[in-house]
Amino acid sequence: MRKDEIRSRVLTILSTIAPEADLSRLKPDVPFRDQLDVDSMDMLNFVIAIDQELHVAIPETEYAKVATLNACVDHVSAMLASRG
Amino acid sequence: MPQLGADMAAGRLVAWYKQPGDAVKKGDIIAEVDTDKGAIDVEVFTSGVVEKILVQAGEKVPVGTPLAIIREAGEGPTPSLPTPAAPPAPAGERQRVSPVARKVAAELGVELASVRGTGAGGAVTRADVERAAARQPTPATPTAPPPAPPAPPGEADRRARMRQAIAAAVTRSKRDIPHFYLSTTIDLHRATTWLGEQNATRPVADRLLAGALLLKAVALALRDVPELNARWEGPKVVRSDAIHVGVATFLREGGLVAPALHDTDRLSLDDLMRKLRDLVNRARQGELRSSELSDPTITVTSLGEQGVETVYGVIYPPQVAIVGFGKIVERPWSLGGQVVSRPLVTATLSADHRVTDGHRGGLFLAAVDARLQEPSRL
Repeated sequence: MRKDEIRSRVLTILSTIAPEADLSRLKPDVPFRDQLDVDSMDMLNFVIAIDQELHVAIPETEYAKVATLNACVDHVSAMLASRG
Repeated sequence: MPQLGADMAAGRLVAWYKQPGDAVKKGDIIAEVDTDKGAIDVEVFTSGVVEKILVQAGEKVPVGTPLAIIREAGEGPTPSLPTPAAPPAPAGERQRVSPVARKVAAELGVELASVRGTGAGGAVTRADVERAAARQPTPATPTAPPPAPPAPPGEADRRARMRQAIAAAVTRSKRDIPHFYLSTTIDLHRATTWLGEQNATRPVADRLLAGALLLKAVALALRDVPELNARWEGPKVVRSDAIHVGVATFLREGGLVAPALHDTDRLSLDDLMRKLRDLVNRARQGELRSSELSDPTITVTSLGEQGVETVYGVIYPPQVAIVGFGKIVERPWSLGGQVVSRPLVTATLSADHRVTDGHRGGLFLAAVDARLQEPSRL
């Protein structure tokens, strides 16, 4: 899966978790929790959706790797690529 | 119209999901009402047959107004309304009241002593209570908002109305309830270590949040200090046998609800987490059920994710206590004569001094602490 496609899927997931957010203004290198009105329940819903829709399970100890849009896209892309 | 929180004075009937002649069973969604907290599904508390619709879709009525009549199984047809006023039960004779009727009477503000029972052995039934409620004059609602416009309110208007409703509730709370406040610091080392171990082995969808442990610890601690799990029905306090913890939940773009996590103390942590996730998601989508807003027996609020370390909550009447948790922070902690780093959380209790006192409140917080030191038993 190409990175732009992963980015699009991640943004779609975010739009369901924080539907009030204007994602066109999302800063890709700033943590979601610093710019969106999200809490730990939202972040759990986020990693569950990543797991269900992109088939990448993020360990709890690696949440920092998906804390921003760019980091999330890079991490998911690397995980998918590692499977060949 | 059920009372879906202390701040609710009226609600608009949006739609009926059942019609006269339809069979219903306890827990069925029978209607949808529009309140300051969003669209709420109204459940029925008994099984029977819908006999008559009393409030039509689009009507706004005060809390306590009967919406429909449900004939319970085994009851004869309900007489047409209105019926002559029934004399009260004879003095000195113990009145028999079905549990459902007692609950409905409390909801509708009906004085049971004035209701004549038509059930077996003269027992007061739900229908008796509803007929009595229908005869009552519309209760005065000095805080009732002015008549709402006919069109459904927009989101901005709803937020404004929710803010007004919250303002009314907290003003009433601070005016009527003599709050006292306690706080304690709890070492969460065992709880967070256990949580990390659990989540490392679980599928993503089955992971637990620290909040689930805190809620369960509060629920179990209430078994030790049950007077905090109660409702003030002035001038007396009525303890609740069931423990339904209200979970303070912020809504997108402002506002707050605290729906009940039913029977919190009886849920396994897995079930609690699953239900908590469902409850919070539905709260934010405006899909709560009436019982979830009417049933909380205590509230738990946490502002830790906003960086707050100590929360002194305002009691949500008619509840008598609210528990607050702050941010989990790594701090120096003295343990066995040595200073170690520990994840600590400040737990607070705001309680009604008419109902309990600092000694009992202190025991409650100690019980919460003790429960959290044994996370595998939560």
